[in-house]
Amino acid sequence: MPSITKPLIPLLPLARNELGLTMQDYQGGMSTLCAGCGHDSITAALIQAFFELSLPPHMIAKLSGIGCSSKTPAYFASRAHGFNSVHGRMATIATGAGAANRELTLVGVSGDGDSLSIGLGNLAHAIRRNVNMAYLIENNGVYGLTKGQFSASADVGSRSRRGDSNLLQPVDPIMLGLSLGATFLARGFSGDKAQLVPILKAAVAHRGFALVDIISPCVQFNDHEGSTKSYRYMRDHELREIETDFIGQHEEIVGSLARDRATAVTMHDGARVQFRTVPEGYDPKDRGQVEAYLRERTGRGEIVTGLLFLDESQQDMHETALTPPNGLAQLPFSKLCPGSAELESFQDGLR
Amino acid sequence: MNRLGAAAAGEDRATIRAEGVVGRGRVNDFAIKLANVNGTGSATANSLIMQAIFRMGVPVSGKNLFPSNIQGLPTWYEIRVNAKGHLARSREYDLMVAMNGQTYAADIAEVSSGGYLLFDDSWALDPGLRRADVTFLGVPLARLCSDRFSSSRERILMKNVAYAGAVAALLALDPEVLAGLLQESYGSRQRLLEANQLALRLGHDYATQNFSCPLPFHLERSNRTDDLILIDGNTATALGALYAGATVAGWYPITPATSVMDNFSHLCARYRREANPEAAPGDPPFSNNYLIVQAEDELAALGVVIGAGWAGARAFTSTSGPGLSLMNELLGLAYYTEIPAVVVDVQRAGPSTGMPTRVQQADILMAAYASHGDTKHLLLFPGDPGECFEFMVAAFDLAERFQTPVMVLSDLDIGMNDWAVPRLSWDDAYQPDRGRVLGPRELEAMPQFHRYDDQDELGVTARTLPGTDSRGAYFARGSGHDRLGGYTENEVSYQEVVDRLLSKHRAAAAHMPRPVIETAAAATLGVITVGSCEPAVKEAIEILAARGTVADYMRIRGFPFAEEVASFMEGHELCFVVELNRDGQLRSLLEIEARAPAQRLRSVLIYGGLPPSAEQVVEQIANQLEA
Ligand SMILES: Cc1ncc(C[n+]2csc(CCOP(=O)(O)OP(=O)(O)O)c2C)c(N)n1
Ligand code: SF4
Ligand SMILES: [Mg+2]
Repeated sequence: MPSITKPLIPLLPLARNELGLTMQDYQGGMSTLCAGCGHDSITAALIQAFFELSLPPHMIAKLSGIGCSSKTPAYFASRAHGFNSVHGRMATIATGAGAANRELTLVGVSGDGDSLSIGLGNLAHAIRRNVNMAYLIENNGVYGLTKGQFSASADVGSRSRRGDSNLLQPVDPIMLGLSLGATFLARGFSGDKAQLVPILKAAVAHRGFALVDIISPCVQFNDHEGSTKSYRYMRDHELREIETDFIGQHEEIVGSLARDRATAVTMHDGARVQFRTVPEGYDPKDRGQVEAYLRERTGRGEIVTGLLFLDESQQDMHETALTPPNGLAQLPFSKLCPGSAELESFQDGLR
Repeated sequence: MNRLGAAAAGEDRATIRAEGVVGRGRVNDFAIKLANVNGTGSATANSLIMQAIFRMGVPVSGKNLFPSNIQGLPTWYEIRVNAKGHLARSREYDLMVAMNGQTYAADIAEVSSGGYLLFDDSWALDPGLRRADVTFLGVPLARLCSDRFSSSRERILMKNVAYAGAVAALLALDPEVLAGLLQESYGSRQRLLEANQLALRLGHDYATQNFSCPLPFHLERSNRTDDLILIDGNTATALGALYAGATVAGWYPITPATSVMDNFSHLCARYRREANPEAAPGDPPFSNNYLIVQAEDELAALGVVIGAGWAGARAFTSTSGPGLSLMNELLGLAYYTEIPAVVVDVQRAGPSTGMPTRVQQADILMAAYASHGDTKHLLLFPGDPGECFEFMVAAFDLAERFQTPVMVLSDLDIGMNDWAVPRLSWDDAYQPDRGRVLGPRELEAMPQFHRYDDQDELGVTARTLPGTDSRGAYFARGSGHDRLGGYTENEVSYQEVVDRLLSKHRAAAAHMPRPVIETAAAATLGVITVGSCEPAVKEAIEILAARGTVADYMRIRGFPFAEEVASFMEGHELCFVVELNRDGQLRSLLEIEARAPAQRLRSVLIYGGLPPSAEQVVEQIANQLEA
């Protein structure tokens, strides 16, 4: 797997990907988020993932709802079309964009408020439809943009900056996804780019709905003592038992990877996800096992990260709908309009 | 857009001119009402009668007055026959077919004096219900059917066909036409065909043997429907979407809009399935050149449409009032980001759940200004199924030309009832107006692309589609943006964009369908209306003229209002605005947007949920003129 780091000395030529593009070609506008906001780290990971995947920028469609997290599509891939829509509805707009042109690489960025409160219903149904997209939840346990109210992902007992405790049960997007038949479920941490980049690459490569829940601390409103979504809390409670590598279509599996893999999954386009380490008896393709494992670890107060569940066998929205291989928006009008003769004969039945 | 101009010139579509019936009294001029129980299969029998009349060449309309219920509640069907083509609801029922014991009293009370009532006299009718001025025709329908059919389901169903047989005899319905219709419906299912033929004969024979048939009002063959078809607006709307090239649809079921998408889906399965000869074994041998998303709610339905529109597909949704309420925020998004979207609203009676199976035109103001903030939308108001077809095509052209949502405001009466309208026509030279969309070649030639820059004479700027060219990449946002598409909170940059949106809306006026205007010599007032009110209003104008009050007529077909709308109002000291809502929504819109002086406009409001009759319009106008 090519490892992309910043050039050591500026005189060296910038690294280029298969398309001859540099990291810069996947960058966006200057972030206006708070310094240290987890969301910015995710932006950086996305840029690296796009670069490493050699995605043609014009084929990327980046979408979001409303929130600090939803602002981030402005900060990456400025050579791609973007759509910052309304609060909670990104999944529906992405569904439509994907319906119109299945060749687009859809990347949705959302927040825990955007996805798990106001947009929960729409998220659930996008999962059910298995819309082919990567869907990121930048999860900080609060509404950042409206200044720190608890969101639906806040854990019971976690305390707000003002000191009150959340008493309501959290919505866990991974558990939700398991019950809705999601085909790709991963959890990451904004502070762990090395783990996040391969997850994001696999999410983009996945044919179907790839849900990536990324704990992303809000330094402004949820990074204090008593928060369960702070950098500190994550460092203390993150459990990295599951390690994956993403091996692109044209890459070789090398060295030790090939030997001690727990399991490997071939993606639709020929790329592979290699599970390097998984706990004893863990099968990332077995919904029931994954659920039992997560319940057990969550009960111990641990936050499991990694690519947790993967099912490449399900049909995505277009396969279910038997649409043609290219975008519907690209069909010539002559294929769409039955013409006057057909209208005449249709009307013969209306007498 | 030429199509609309042409339609305006060749209007008069809903009126079928009459000839040669004057002086022959009650031939081809009557109304009947059929009172049934919902869920008993009466709809098939009722539309059989209506369709047979149509096939006899006689102008006819059928209105289904049904409950929001699947089984058990009362339901009515009204048939109006009028050689002159007046096909609004008539509330003068010459014949009542009373098949529902629960509603006998009310149904009997509604028969016109001198009229007839057909009922099932397998059981005795309460003598207290009888009326001396109405002739009661008892037909032992249940008994006839239980003698001849064995299963209870069949007995119930065939009772309906039997009364259709009796009605056929009473009205002189051509037996050959009926036989032909049955053959077409059940041709391949022999047993069913025979059962229907038998039931029809049972009723027919009983009536001929026991009553003097036909009744004084009855049918005679004509040729007034030769160039017409019978179609409901929702089917026509779906056809319009098919012909306009819509490929993506999002929807959530709601009465009375559901059949738009049902029809679209059937039509697509029939006309949009492309054979794939290269399919590998095991793969489907065809592909679907469409994708319909049955969404989880109307927010999602419109979200899908907006996403698809952004990505370059022609996309639409269909809904009714409650769904349109939910769509408000997203309509504002599409308006502000300038993304084409077509929304069909088949209006029903509100507020809230209201009366889902009753008609109103009460979403006009909401639709015009849907969403928070300064928003104004493009609205099309079809007056019959023919215009549903035509306006759907226009809606997609307008949406893409002006890069904005377009709402087609139909209603339950147009959408769910069969109307006799001129055959739909299609010009094979039609090409969709995709508006200003830049591709790689155009982008290559320009120094830099900015989404909201470089407006044309309509105030429209060029857009690009995702997946085509990086040089056209832009960031669509519902947040404040400037001419270049960048985020802004600057007052000047913000205003520049919203001002252009307003100028775009103004410019659209000249491209909307023009109103239908009919003038009369010596008219002293104007009558303005919209949508499905047309038949009642035109008939009312004729009745008023016969009484010495001559009026000009205007039916509005689009918003923003075409120039003719304001000049019509300027040309009349007094105009009545006839519409189906409590608050005079069209009238308000005319006052706000067409500079109509309030004192010139008076409202005629019919909002009980049933299609209007000419008498209701006449009465309200006459009362106000006398006052
Ligand atoms: C319909 C609607 N209601 C409320 C808001 C106000 N609002 C903006 S962002 C937001 C919450 C965002 O939270 P989240 O998605 O977690 O994003 P974060 O800022 O935490 O990244 C709310 C409630 C809105 N924009 N629209
Ligand atoms: S408020 Fe929180 S979520 Fe928003 S930018 Fe600041 S740190 Fe990030
Ligand atoms: Mg949040």
